Amino acid sequence: MREVISIFVDNQANVLTRVASLFGRRGFNIDSLTVSTTNDPNLSRITVVFNGDAQALSQILSQTKKLEVVKQIYTLEKDSSLYRELLLLKVSSGELQRSSIKDIVDIYRGKIISLSKDSMIVELTGAPEKIDGFLEMLACYEIIETCRTGITGISRVSNNVESEDC
Amino acid sequence: MKLNGSQIIMEILMEHGVDTVFGYPGGAALNVYNSLYDYSASINHILTAHEQGAAHAADGYARASGKTGVVFATSGPGATNLVTGIATAFMDSIPMVAITCNVADSLIGRDAFQEISITGVTLPITKHNYFVNKVEDLAEALRNAFRIANEGRKGPVLVDITKDITGANVLCEFIQQEPLPINPFPTISLPKLAEIIDVINLAKKPVVYFGGGVVASRARAEFAQFIQLIDAPATYSMMAAGVLDYCDPKNLGLIGMHGSMAANRAIDEADLVLAMGTRFSDRVALNTSRFAQNAAIIQIDIDEGEINKNVEINYDLVADIKEALTAMLPLLKQQNHSEWIEKVATFKKEVNVELEGATLRPKDLIHATCDLTDKDTVYVTDVGQHQMWAAQYIKHKKAENFLTSGGLGTMGFGYGAAIGAQYACPDKRVIHFTGDGSFHMNLNEACTAVSYNLPIITIIFDNKVLGMVYQWQTLFFQKHYSQTILERKTDYVQLAKGFGAVGFEVSTLEEFEEAYKKALKIDGPVWIACRIHRDERVLPMIPNGGTLKDMIID
Repeated sequence: MREVISIFVDNQANVLTRVASLFGRRGFNIDSLTVSTTNDPNLSRITVVFNGDAQALSQILSQTKKLEVVKQIYTLEKDSSLYRELLLLKVSSGELQRSSIKDIVDIYRGKIISLSKDSMIVELTGAPEKIDGFLEMLACYEIIETCRTGITGISRVSNNVESEDC
Repeated sequence: MKLNGSQIIMEILMEHGVDTVFGYPGGAALNVYNSLYDYSASINHILTAHEQGAAHAADGYARASGKTGVVFATSGPGATNLVTGIATAFMDSIPMVAITCNVADSLIGRDAFQEISITGVTLPITKHNYFVNKVEDLAEALRNAFRIANEGRKGPVLVDITKDITGANVLCEFIQQEPLPINPFPTISLPKLAEIIDVINLAKKPVVYFGGGVVASRARAEFAQFIQLIDAPATYSMMAAGVLDYCDPKNLGLIGMHGSMAANRAIDEADLVLAMGTRFSDRVALNTSRFAQNAAIIQIDIDEGEINKNVEINYDLVADIKEALTAMLPLLKQQNHSEWIEKVATFKKEVNVELEGATLRPKDLIHATCDLTDKDTVYVTDVGQHQMWAAQYIKHKKAENFLTSGGLGTMGFGYGAAIGAQYACPDKRVIHFTGDGSFHMNLNEACTAVSYNLPIITIIFDNKVLGMVYQWQTLFFQKHYSQTILERKTDYVQLAKGFGAVGFEVSTLEEFEEAYKKALKIDGPVWIACRIHRDERVLPMIPNGGTLKDMIID
């Protein structure tokens, strides 16, 4: 079961350490974690992608909620939330491959942000599935380096029913 | 008024009604101790031999008084010496505020002399911690520390303060105020409560399994009423030894690894297990998939994180135990489970293994102690065999009178905790049960007990081995006694003399009773080393991961 969890925390020093330390010592298995500022300067948002069963999910929610720095925590409902991820990818591309790679990048509405004689760097934003699909399409080329930010997500519903203040 | 950081600390302590602190001074703490000197009429500081002892004392003080324990230490080693004490309090959910001093802010991060990031070190063993390097932030951090320590499930909070802001010339406006309000307990879900009431009313073979949450919420009276009303036998974890009277027929005794036959079998045969303020630790639910295999399980706990953590729960209620009981009592019908209680009574089994050459048996020793002491005595234990014997055999009357390191199992906890308990209960007798292993860990605190003339009686179960590990080696490691045979040459009488205390050595029950009666009349610390047989075992015992059928009874 894959869940995306949004955690609002006090925007202060060491807050990520507190959350990460809890995940580490409780053995919670997470796929990715991003931290971002929010419209409220006092709060940061941590977005966690978590893989595990319902018992593990309820543990991660209830244990994280207990941290003093955590103000709100909820799971993002798949159907009513939007997820985005940013990919930067450096691919080897001589003259022969250049246009065919560009075609794929265009189809995925990515951007070539750097070009040299033998390689290019592509920027792509989208839902994680789109990024996965893009990487699959490029698998036959020589990928030099990739970097994904991990998911950040937001609920479309104005009052998230799952949300719980801590 | 304008105050410096050190004065603010004292003012905040007074705001929270703290009149007793335990600690040890040092370089980075000089300013704070200078302020303590000025406030000595209001705040009594107890100097221990070691910071660990101070942390255990603050913990013991909190357990015995129900108030927040406060401990002071300097930077670096002073702070790290608190770690075991803070972890002990954390595991047992004891409210404590640890105030440590760090080097001046200008030196932070430069590996200065006696600099350590104690907030980093204590991150996993505190409910929260603060690093304060601005005097304007100090009062708020300290007030929050007291709030957090006492809110919901209790526990320790650490505040680390840089030396520069404790100095005489760094002043800040300070206004006295009331302690911060503590967030109310979780709201009781009425549908869940109604469901639980139905389940209880329908149960035929219910068993109550309760723990430290009952003690922490001071719900002894409500709990006793509850047990009578639902007419169910009850068993407890280490943290709740003493809530029920030793002689109460519904009291099945300790549960789990060293739990009684009756308790473990009742759990096994029950159709309903009602867990209250307890967390199904690996020493209780030894085999989580088979625990209470025939029963539906209800769990009531203040900490939502405990629900479904170790064992799958059928019905849960997140609530303070006292509030939950108060809500439940008027809704419950008087039950009658006499048949079930009679059946459970037949599960009771005296475990009494004959041991050749044993002149002083642990059970007799504990019973003799209880019989010769008044009912209000505070019992403190260390960790090991003697601790289990104490939990099994002490004739308790009051829950707050049994202080033990349940979760962390800290050898060396006892002496410090006994000192704290004696300060919390100056009019009560404090008995400290320990083993020769545990006693040697922190016996340095004897000098504290002597300095302050505390009449703590320490009863040492002296078997010349590390008994609990020795027992495991006997049972599971082919008697390979690796590093457990102590054979130390300590002369307990001379040792006591050296410290300025009084010591006895005894090897029979008669000798013990004689020494103990003398000890009761001595105005100051005493210890009685009781020579017991090294093959005495804690029984019954269910090995790790085992079930009732693996129980060892002889």
